[in-house]
Amino acid sequence: MSVTTTTARTPRRARAGRNRRLTLLRGALGLLGLFLVAEVVSRSGIVNEAFLPPASVVLMRVVELLVDPAFLGQVGATLQAWAIGLAICIAVSVTIGVLLGSSRAAYSASRAVIEFIRPIPSVALIPLAMLVLGNDAEMKIALIVFSTSWPVLFNTIYGMHDVDPVAKLTAKSFGKGRAATLFTVSLPSAAPFIFTGIRIAASVALIVAISAELLAGASDGLGRWMLDAGATGNRPDLVYAATIIAGLLGLAINFLLQLVERRFLSWQPALRQTDKGAS
Amino acid sequence: MTIRPTQQAPADTSWVGVARRPRRDFRRVREFAIRWGVLIALGIVWEVAARLAGSLFFPPLSRVIERFVELWLSGPPSSLFFTEAVATNILPSLLRMASGWSIAVVLGVLLGVAIGRSRVLGDFVEPIVHFVRAIPPPALIPIFLILLGFGTEMRVSLIAFAVIWPVLLNTIDGVRSVETLHLDTGRIFHFDRRKVFFGVVLPSAAPKIFAGMRVSLSVAIIIMVISEMVGRPDGIGNVILGAQRTYRMADMWAGILLLGILGYVLNALLALVESRVTRWHRGSREGVS
Repeated sequence: MSVTTTTARTPRRARAGRNRRLTLLRGALGLLGLFLVAEVVSRSGIVNEAFLPPASVVLMRVVELLVDPAFLGQVGATLQAWAIGLAICIAVSVTIGVLLGSSRAAYSASRAVIEFIRPIPSVALIPLAMLVLGNDAEMKIALIVFSTSWPVLFNTIYGMHDVDPVAKLTAKSFGKGRAATLFTVSLPSAAPFIFTGIRIAASVALIVAISAELLAGASDGLGRWMLDAGATGNRPDLVYAATIIAGLLGLAINFLLQLVERRFLSWQPALRQTDKGAS
Repeated sequence: MTIRPTQQAPADTSWVGVARRPRRDFRRVREFAIRWGVLIALGIVWEVAARLAGSLFFPPLSRVIERFVELWLSGPPSSLFFTEAVATNILPSLLRMASGWSIAVVLGVLLGVAIGRSRVLGDFVEPIVHFVRAIPPPALIPIFLILLGFGTEMRVSLIAFAVIWPVLLNTIDGVRSVETLHLDTGRIFHFDRRKVFFGVVLPSAAPKIFAGMRVSLSVAIIIMVISEMVGRPDGIGNVILGAQRTYRMADMWAGILLLGILGYVLNALLALVESRVTRWHRGSREGVS
């Protein structure tokens, strides 16, 4: 980079850097403020310490739990169900989505069915899944697949409908067959939509996994662990700590997927546009 | 949850493929016939398969519908044929959901406007918002049980807490993308703060807010059911869970059917309201771009 361009850019970049630092600083202050309020509310007895343990105690428990192998094993069980469920969901719904998205007739025939099955909340099926599949990982995975399929399916269909017809015709006029067109034109063009669906599905899957564990009395997992700590163990500090860890888990998953999206789909103009406002 | 590749696409994609252009009537009729035909065919398949399999867990559809009517629609004409169970189980559930959702919408819009309009406030609270939002709502059940007990307060606040995020984030986003031209115009005409809020900011952000409200509503049903599966036994969620525990399979399926219908009707209602309130939006956007 030549000297002139550096000097020309420096002030603006410096200002951007300062703004960024200010944003970070304010964010950190906000978190610190929340921590202090929670601490004071608990210590001063506004809320009984048995209900709301001091924030410092909870944070210590978080650190302890993060190195506790037994606890991490439970988190691992939850994450395993999450990963398997999500993988099945992606394989199934992307395939179905591509089929429904490329055929008008199949789409209108399936719409009524989809519209009637989709509003059924996945948790309503927990009792059924408990009966049919017991309280093991299979039950969790089945529920995850059911509830996460919708965002992926709809986004895939939407993405397939959004493919530029000119691009498809161009591929056709270059003598490409249906399959080749699908893999070189339609799928890449629908990829950002599909990925948005997957990102939504990933956070829904975590929610469903934990609710299945909490409500269906699954044999293991983070939700089960929290149930034990809260109801039988009577340890609110552990419950709060586990909740914070669940939040961190959600953040980590979201962050990772965003990273993947930036890395592999950054060429997409649609994505570059929304990068700013999206959260 | 609110990321969309294009601005116009709301977070809920149930309208995917709905063509807005006018169509000849017979095509619409045919489409209608296909949709319902497939649905009825599916019902018949379920009926036949269930009768053939004779499984305890999957009763025939006719039996489920029969129980559905017996449970909730066989009351006296004076109460529009609704049974007492509707008043004791379904209505309280819906009330809790409605109040939790309304609280979330009001708080979410107010907070969202505040955060969206003030950069400084946004900087302070956004990390908190993102962290708290990332906590899966069911993971909060133990905490809400500890803090608020086993009754209505716990349920309503759990619903409100879980469904506020789509509204909040969409409102922030909507308020931040209000066109400066519109705000400047307001300033030129000496609008006071209230007029700016109700006349410029809120209408501009309305489409996004509605998208958030719709996502919230579907989440609210889910959380309502979850919250009724713990604590004091009442509500629709408890009907399903109770039926399962006593092996009344037809009742359980009737409950699942009821939730499906509720979800469908609520979503359709909100879509109707949305299209009325934001009717101006589509036209104006098309005119500009």
